[in-house]
Formats: sequence, structure tokens, C-alpha cells
Amino acid sequence: MQPDANASPFGPNYVPVAPGGRAPGGKYPWATHFGTPNVQTYAARFGMWLFLSTEVLLFAGLFVSYAVYRYLYPQTFALCSRHLDLSLGTINTLVLITSSLTVALAIHFVRTGKNGMATGMLIVTLLCACAFLVIKYFEYHHKFEQGTLPGRFYTYSGIQTEGAPMFFALYFLTTGLHALHVVVGMSVLTWVTYHVVKGRFSPVYYTPVELGGLYWHLVDLVWIFLYPLLYLI
Amino acid sequence: MSSATVEALPAHQPGNTEEMPAEHYLNDGKTVFSWLGTLDHKRIAILYMVVVLLMFLVGGTFALLVRLELLTPGPTIMDALTYNRMFTLHGVIMVFFFMIPAIPGIFGNFMLPLMLGAKDVAFPRLNLMSWYLYVLGAGLGIWGMINGGADTGWTFYTPYSSMTPTQILPVLMGAFVAGFSSILTGLNFIVTVHTMRAPGITWMKMPLFVWSIYATAVIQILGTPVIGLVMLLLTVEQVFGFGIFDPARGGDPVLYQHLFWFYSHPAVYIMVLPAMAVMSEVVSTMSRKNPYGYKMIAWSSLGIALVGFLAWGHHLFVSGQSTFDAGAFGVISMMVGVFTAIKVFNWTATLYKGSVTFTTPFAYFCGFLYFIVFGGMTGIAVASVSLDVHWHDTYFVVAHFHFIMVGATIMAFLAALHYWFPKMFGRMYPEGWGLVSAVLIIIGFNATFIPQFLLGNMGMPRRYYQYPEQFQALNVASTAGASLLAMGFLIIAIYLAISLKYGKVAGPNPWGSHGYEWLHTQSPPITHNFHGQPVYPQAPHDYTGPVEGEVTHAA
Repeated sequence: MQPDANASPFGPNYVPVAPGGRAPGGKYPWATHFGTPNVQTYAARFGMWLFLSTEVLLFAGLFVSYAVYRYLYPQTFALCSRHLDLSLGTINTLVLITSSLTVALAIHFVRTGKNGMATGMLIVTLLCACAFLVIKYFEYHHKFEQGTLPGRFYTYSGIQTEGAPMFFALYFLTTGLHALHVVVGMSVLTWVTYHVVKGRFSPVYYTPVELGGLYWHLVDLVWIFLYPLLYLI
Repeated sequence: MSSATVEALPAHQPGNTEEMPAEHYLNDGKTVFSWLGTLDHKRIAILYMVVVLLMFLVGGTFALLVRLELLTPGPTIMDALTYNRMFTLHGVIMVFFFMIPAIPGIFGNFMLPLMLGAKDVAFPRLNLMSWYLYVLGAGLGIWGMINGGADTGWTFYTPYSSMTPTQILPVLMGAFVAGFSSILTGLNFIVTVHTMRAPGITWMKMPLFVWSIYATAVIQILGTPVIGLVMLLLTVEQVFGFGIFDPARGGDPVLYQHLFWFYSHPAVYIMVLPAMAVMSEVVSTMSRKNPYGYKMIAWSSLGIALVGFLAWGHHLFVSGQSTFDAGAFGVISMMVGVFTAIKVFNWTATLYKGSVTFTTPFAYFCGFLYFIVFGGMTGIAVASVSLDVHWHDTYFVVAHFHFIMVGATIMAFLAALHYWFPKMFGRMYPEGWGLVSAVLIIIGFNATFIPQFLLGNMGMPRRYYQYPEQFQALNVASTAGASLLAMGFLIIAIYLAISLKYGKVAGPNPWGSHGYEWLHTQSPPITHNFHGQPVYPQAPHDYTGPVEGEVTHAA
């Protein structure tokens, strides 16, 4: 069953293309080495989930390190945790959860053909992401002023017990790697927004919006774990 | 009836005076860009082959230099720091840039779609990207070697790695980038296996090669991110001195060892599972028999992938692990031996009453069986805590892992190279020279590493620049073996290079194999692999029907 170059066996909404090829406005670019467009969508989602699993394992290494050092220095870690700005952390958590909601809504609107609403939701998501980074910047700035910094840069006189520099090493490593993921997620969502505006997505074809949303949810999810570990306990 | 599909392309005997097919993937585009920008999985496999072989040459040269230095008890050809760099770079290159990408990158890429009846892997552009990442990683590694060179050993153990005067950063980054390549390859393969199987190929009808490569891919995507993080942490240690692994700053070097081996132990199965994958194909084809215990071979691959993740602690028996942990990790490590033994017994049972053709790939299968059994048994021995305390960090361990992970992998790599050479390039290699070099390599390997088992047992530590004089005889024997090995590889390089152009035209199926990749494609295959969509009514490696052109024996 060799697909004809011009017509697709799945109807006019599905355009056969080479791998990575594009289809005109809102049509499904069916890469013909997949049996059907359904299989292609499944492969894309599955690939994304696998990629997310690698991200989870990347952070898992840091979570393990956190667990080990918390076990070694329980009091110091509790003390340092109190020292973080709980209100800023909480606001940031709310900001990120909101952005997860708006990105989910964006996918919903693309699926129902409301590209204008979807664009709006994506822009709100991006704004939330910016707000998150700005708040994070102020938190970091405060720590640089105070000297609550990792390893040999630690100069804060308020907490002088063993393990305090380690807490802040882990704080900067986890939140730093997370912030890097926020930036990557923002780039992905900016790309998605651009193509939503250009009319490339429709109820027939919205896989990249969905995958971008998945990635953003992961960024959010990592923070959901970081927030209690660093700020609450 | 099985013969129905075999007739799709008639089996040819090697040596027929026929022509190469007019159109195939190798002559479809001759520009440089048609190679460097290709999305064809077969061409990407060839790209991998070029770089992997180059890396093998570099890593092998370092190995020979190390062996030359150890020829005499004192300094021989280099100073101590250079020696430390040599064994480090040998390890780094062979592990990260040769053995991990070798079989999946070359033969996995080439054969997976052919075995699944697919036109390509699921994500062709990702596939090309993963090759570029691999080249970038290898390039960074090589640059790091020229520009300082690490001396920490390939394990980069802290705290030494955060205070060594050598430049470990470029080498670290090289391994880090190559890790991404490995992740993307694994991801691509898993999705390919799930989504690209042709009609008729159910999970339990996948060729055994695919099963093992699938298990490998699972390890690649679940293990590699952790080593990526470890390398990032080491980089931060080097550049900023955060003290994560520095005891002087409250850090714990043993945590580094745990994180490192969480990936690097499963990584040995990234190297050896593809080797098992190749052997399952070779043994079935060369003995013309259905694999004995297909399901057990398939499931034991996944079993090794699973258990392999839970065994890392056996690298830390003397690192201050609790006695209970050490015992538990020891027992779990031995379970790897159980799954491996399942495979070994099944392969051997496949041979039983088979019609064996003693070709070069089969010679390597014999070598493989020997290395995996001998290397595996010494593995069970070092998994016992009390024995390992004596052998830890001696040449016994070096010889053990060279037997099991290098010996077995090299055997499989060479078997695959010979077995699939006709499919990949459409021509045969000279069988006589193939057998000669196989014998040289198997003997050379034994001559190199059996003395090291003895040296280790006598207490010679690994990675030492100098050694007492009573160890010299065995060291000389080991170096002599290494030169035999080098000779074998040299012969292979020469005859394969000649065969590329002057070898006899192979025809689509010179082995008379019933493996899926041989049945429906010409050699070399066309760019889209198949003319139309092939169908697969029978199980893979099904030899119950007659082989085309052969007199049927009474059942």
C-alpha cells in the first residue's frame, strides 16, 4: 500500500509528507513511514512520555542527594529551610500551578478550534513563567547579598552549623536546574504560540501543542516536589 | 507453509557470478550532503560505523601503549602521569565512545527497521541528531585528550577528580554529550518497536535481536540521565567547588560512587545485551534451527535489564557499605548470572541436532560462549563479598570485566560485522581469512587476560605504573597476547576494506537465513527497504519448512 504523493488514503485533512515535513494550515502532516496518522500521533506522545521519564531520572539524582544530606544533617537542613522566604516560594508555586492550568486550557482550545483563545492562554502561561523567574531572581539576589551560598562561597554568619553550605548547594543546584527547564519550556511554548498564531494547528492536528503542554506540566511537577522539600520541611 | 514467504526473494548461494543490484541505498545520492544530511537509518548506521571504528582504533592504540608500558617493572616508554592518562583515555573511549554506541548505533540502526518490516525508525531526524551528538561528544573527548588529558580513571572518582591537575572537563563534557546521543537512540528504538512493526509481527514474533535491543534501550533511557546529572555535578565541583562530594565541606564521596554506578553498572548491560542480541540471530541462522526457548531468551533480556539496575552496590563492597547492603547487592548481582545462564543454555540447546555451518560469525559465537561463561563465572565469584575484598581493585577485576563485557561484546561486534556485511554492502568477505583472524583474536584475547586473572589473584593492583619484578613474566605474556589481538584486527581491517570493492557479490540471502531482515530485502537494500509492504506469516527464525533450493530431509 504505497501512498500516492498527492492524495492520502485518510481524507483531504491528512497530507503525506517526508519525516519532519509540514502540511498547509491546520492539516495533518502524515509522515508516510508511519502506517497511519493515528500511529504517528501515538508515537509522538509515547516518545514525549519516554523523554519525560528521562527528565524525571535526571532530577532523581538530585533528589537522592537531597535525601542523603538531609539524613546526615537533619537539624541544619530544617534550620536552613526556615531561612528561605516561604511567602515568595508559595507565590511562585501558585504562579506555576496557574500556568499549568492555562497551558491545559490552551490545548483544550486548540482541540476545539478556538485558536484565538488558545493563543491568549499560551501568552498567560508565558507571562506566568516570566513572573516565576523574576521572583526567583529576587530570591537568588537576596541570597547573594546575605552570603547563603553553596560550598566555599558560604559566608552567612546566622547559621554556622555543619551542612548549611550543603543545603544551599542543593538549593541552587535543584532550583537552578529547574529554572533552566523553565527557560527551555518557555522557548518551546513560544515556538508553539508562534505556530498557533500562524494557523498551523487545528482540531485535526495539534500534537506539538499537546507535547509542549506535557513538557510544561513536567516543569511544574518538579517544582511541586521541590517546594515542600526546600521550603516546608 | 513457510516456504511461501521465502520464495519472495530466492536464496542465492555465495559465489554466484551475478551483479550488484542496480539501485540500493549506497548509490542513492553521492554528494557529501546526501550522507551528512541523510535521514535513512541505513546511511546513519554507516555514519556510526565510520566513527565507531575510528574510536575503536584510538582506544585500542591507548590499550597497546598501556600494555607496552607494563612490559617492564619500571618506566618503559612513558612517565607515570602519561601512563595514568593513557589508561583513563583507553577506558573513557572504549566505554563511552565505542562499546555503548557500537552495536545499537550500527547494527541496531541498520537492522531494526528491516527486522520489523518498517521503512525507517520512528523519528529519523532524531536519529541523525543523535549521531551528530555522538560525534560532538567524541570530538570533545578527543580534544580533551590532546589538551591535557584526564588521569582519574574512567570512573572519575571523587575527591581526586575534583583536585586533579589534569583537565577533566572536556572529557567529562564529551561523555555527557554522548550520553544524550545514547538516550535519543534508546528512545527512538523503543518507540520504533512499539509503533513500526509490520502487520503480522506481534510482540512474540519479533526477532530476538529486537528483543535484546529493546531491553538495551530501556536501560539507555532510564540510566543515562543519572550519569548526565553526575557529570554536571562533577563539573560544578570542578568549576565552582560546591563541595557536594568533598568530605572537607561535608560532602560524601560514597554518594558519588552510588550515583555513578547506578548508571555505570547497568551500562555494562548496554554493552552486553546487544551482544546477546547478535548471538541469538547468528546461532539460529548458522545452525539452521528455530531458537530453543524463544520466549525465555526474549524475557531474560528484560530480566537482565531489570536486575541490572539493582546490582550497582557490588562496586562498593569496600567503600563503607553496610554488611547487609553488601550481601543484598551480592545476591542480586548473582541473579544476573541466572538470566545469562538461561540464554546460554538456550543457545546451546539451539545448536543441538542443528545443521551447523562453521562460518566466521559462528566462530565468534563459539568465542562468545566461552567468554560469557568464563567471564560470567568469575563475575559470580567477585559478587561474593568475602572473595571480592581480596580481588577488589586488582587485575583480577580488570580481567573479569574485560572477559565479560569486552570479550563478549567484541565477539558479537565482529560476528555482527561479518554476519551482516553481505546485507550492508552486498559483498562477501573471504571466509578463510575470517576464520584465521577469528582464531587469532580469540587466542590473543585469552593470552592477554588469563595472565591478568593470575596477576590479580597474586595481588597486583590495577592502574599501577610500576610493579614488583616477580610479576614481569605474566605481564610480558599479557602484552604478547595484546599484540596478537592487534594483528587479528589488522587482518580484519585489510580484508574487509578489500571486500568492500572486490568481494564476491553476495545476493540477497547468502546464509539461507530465515531471519526477517534477510527475507524481503535485496543486498544492499533499497532506500525505502522494501518494494511494497512485506507480510510475515511465520515466526522469526522459523526453519521448520525447507530452505529454498535444498532437498527436504525426512522430518
